[in-house]
Amino acid sequence: MFKLERVPAPVWFRTLIPVLAIVTTFVVTSILVLAADANPLQAYYYFLIGPLSNRVSALETLVKGTPLLLTGIAVTIAFAAGYWNIGAEGQLYAGAIAAAWVGPLLGDFPPVLAIIIMLSGGFLAGMLWALIPALLKVKLAVDEVVTTLLMNSVMIFIVSYLLNGPWRDPVSGWPQSPQISTNAMLPKLVQGSRLHFGFIVALVMIGVVWFILSRTPLGLRMRATGMRQEAARFMGVNTSRIMLNAALISGGIAGLAGVSEIGGIHFHLIDAISPGYGYSGIIIATLGGLHPIGVGLAALFIGLIDTGAQSVSRALGVPVYLGNVVQGTLLLVTLGMFLLQNYRIIRVK
Amino acid sequence: MEMFLIGLIAATLRVATPLIYGTLGELFSERAGVLNLGIEGTMFFGAFTGFAVAKITGNLWLGLLAAIISGVLAGLLMGFFSVRLGVNQHVSGLGITILLQAVSLFGFRLIFGEPSIPPSTEPFQRVALFGTIPILGQIFEQYLLTYIAILLVPIVSYVIYRTNFGLDIRAVGENPEAADAAGINVYRTRYFALMIAGGLMAVGGAFLSLAQLGAFTFGIIAGRGWVCIALIIFANWKPIRVLWGALLFGGIFALQLRLQTTGIDLPYEFFLALPYIATIIALAITGRNATGPAAVLKPYKRE
Repeated sequence: MFKLERVPAPVWFRTLIPVLAIVTTFVVTSILVLAADANPLQAYYYFLIGPLSNRVSALETLVKGTPLLLTGIAVTIAFAAGYWNIGAEGQLYAGAIAAAWVGPLLGDFPPVLAIIIMLSGGFLAGMLWALIPALLKVKLAVDEVVTTLLMNSVMIFIVSYLLNGPWRDPVSGWPQSPQISTNAMLPKLVQGSRLHFGFIVALVMIGVVWFILSRTPLGLRMRATGMRQEAARFMGVNTSRIMLNAALISGGIAGLAGVSEIGGIHFHLIDAISPGYGYSGIIIATLGGLHPIGVGLAALFIGLIDTGAQSVSRALGVPVYLGNVVQGTLLLVTLGMFLLQNYRIIRVK
Repeated sequence: MEMFLIGLIAATLRVATPLIYGTLGELFSERAGVLNLGIEGTMFFGAFTGFAVAKITGNLWLGLLAAIISGVLAGLLMGFFSVRLGVNQHVSGLGITILLQAVSLFGFRLIFGEPSIPPSTEPFQRVALFGTIPILGQIFEQYLLTYIAILLVPIVSYVIYRTNFGLDIRAVGENPEAADAAGINVYRTRYFALMIAGGLMAVGGAFLSLAQLGAFTFGIIAGRGWVCIALIIFANWKPIRVLWGALLFGGIFALQLRLQTTGIDLPYEFFLALPYIATIIALAITGRNATGPAAVLKPYKRE
């Protein structure tokens, strides 16, 4: 006889949970593949193996993964400290606006300096946009979920205003800001591919957040606040300040995602620079179990799904939105499955 | 000027309709102790299933019924995660929004492909309440769903404050432990509340596709669900105030649309952002005193 007992599951099982979640997700979503008259196994070949089978699309996966690494790790540091930042999407756009604003003015700067200015500008802008809900949270106890969510909507209108008003291209009339100067463009990492320096920035940020969370007193306090706020406060941690720090770092990193997309891909602000990378960041942080390494892998996996969805669509005629369905299902399945880490199957004689 | 005002009032009622449905839905959910961020996705899903079924069967009422059923199912799904499994309500709600939006887009492409002209259907007709009357006629010439929305406000108020079911909902939303001790089935009550919530939200979405537009577009909801999340706080979780709030927000949107057409050079985005900014300010002012249901965000585990 076996019985489920409420004790922490063994460590090997806990790391297996995301894998189990991925398998379950693919089983569940194959219903939709069948509905589209396609073979699920073939579909998942194109999803997972297809993009990796040639160099160009494999690199494209990393291109897609770049903003996801940044928003994923941004959400992670906030969630780890118990600050529910749903606003990475808006903070990303804040960073993008900053990049699009300073980018065209940097023509006379050496590239290294121009890029540093643009990155810092984006980080600051993301922080600033995250500051309002964070202050409301720590000073006035206003729920940050609602405010960060509403700030995303406000940001959409700010971007729309800029693109339809002062920044509209005077020649073509397109809603796009002036192009950033060539000095400020992020250098390409591989010839003949779109992979750019933003990917390195993203990896560095993963490392930085890993270091903060696991190797510094600040990180320890963040995790303590995230796990049990009352207890952390009792131990003398200034939980308000810790949450504020986490929120600002989170906003800054999300801002970098915006800079990376402007500086490495689009070179000017358009309203569609993010198809919801900020929200995907929440999926990624959850799937990665709020651990930087796991989050890194999860971001690349979601990048793979994004790229794979296009190849499934091309090859089998399955609507490209299958990728979004997989992401949404994966989030919910992972969320449910992480409950299993509190249980262990025990043999009773 | 009169025509402008009358037109504005008529438009306000129209714009407020989906907000009323959505926010009354969120009211059921939050009063029972569940913050339902699945609202944006549920409205989208309702707009899609309503339109798809109406288009295929050629019957708008069947479409509306399908929307309600899809909303109830969305509520059940939210219940499974937030009530049965008791996982984080923010993340599960967003997950449901992401999933339902994706499923709707997938379904739309699957059924209708990528036509150059988006498919449309003959929408619900407006109903003149008092026949043809001069000047004010436009105000009382609304969709049936708008009249129902307004009628729902006192009904929901009655259900929440005057019925046993409403008492149960408020009890599990304020203090589930005490409610359980008093013999109320917390899980079942929350499930029911979420199913009603989902149905209402989906009707809000279907109003847009079946009455206002007669079509389904990818930007059909465009953040209206998040407006409802703001509205419920603005309305202090009270049904009657939901109506006033929805009319106020609806009025701002309607005014913005009208000012755009008059050619007055004002950034219309400012008006669109206004409800969100107003809610953030209202939250900052009420701050600690915002008296939402006490058990929102707290899953209940019966040991």
